[in-house]
Amino acid sequence: MSERPILIIPCSGIGKPFGTIGRDATFRVVDELRKGKAETNCLSLLVMGDETATEQIRRSDCIAVDGCPLECARKNVEIAGGNIAAHFRVMDLLRENRGLRPRQVTFLDDDGTRLSEMLAERIAVKVDELGGNSLD
Amino acid sequence: MIKPKVGVVSCSGECCSLGTLSRIATRRVLEDLKAGETVTICLPLFLAGDSGERMFARQFPTVAVDGCHKLCATKAIEKYSGKTAATVDVESMLEEHGQNPPASRRLLTPEDMATVDSVAGAIAEKVDVIKGAQDA
Repeated sequence: MSERPILIIPCSGIGKPFGTIGRDATFRVVDELRKGKAETNCLSLLVMGDETATEQIRRSDCIAVDGCPLECARKNVEIAGGNIAAHFRVMDLLRENRGLRPRQVTFLDDDGTRLSEMLAERIAVKVDELGGNSLD
Repeated sequence: MIKPKVGVVSCSGECCSLGTLSRIATRRVLEDLKAGETVTICLPLFLAGDSGERMFARQFPTVAVDGCHKLCATKAIEKYSGKTAATVDVESMLEEHGQNPPASRRLLTPEDMATVDSVAGAIAEKVDVIKGAQDA
């Protein structure tokens, strides 16, 4: 079990529902399901090259959450020198649940919400496996 | 003559609700206020994508929508793609208008949605100015 803090980094893709699902699931985990056990930070800070965010990424175990196959969250964490302890892809979850067809990007519809709930549960289990240490 | 569309790129910052505000206001512009006149790109793609994504701000005059004073969207666009045509600093805007950021990163209240509308209106105004300059 790791002693390192856990950071969940979603891609927050803005063009399709999948990015919204990953973002929503991340907030469910850090604000509700495992509040105090894991945190998130702005991926845009890493893209900008922020030194504090980069240092935080490097001393944490990171869970990357990607909406689409371009895997921006995983790639940006790796570029920043972070350790990917786990990687979740919304597309994989969608393949396992072919009856669900999320269509709304801005606010999730019922299918998108269902996928977000399922994804959040899986991320929460992974947080437990990794030890779930607070950043404080 | 076909006018080039205007790019609108949000930070979507995950560390506070201002990122949610910037993201939803951006979606409102893309889907409603300036539908058909605007395009977007996921900010993390500037670093994770290829050279095609980095042409974005050179191809489309771009409005950066930043949740907080760190201005990640503006700085990342200008670092990787090109000069932005305008920036909407949501945190400054809220300070000027005495509006509060949403309490939740995930769930917005009717009051928060009124704030979304005012931010979306500010973005749309920037789009109009850019398109007006194209006409001149």
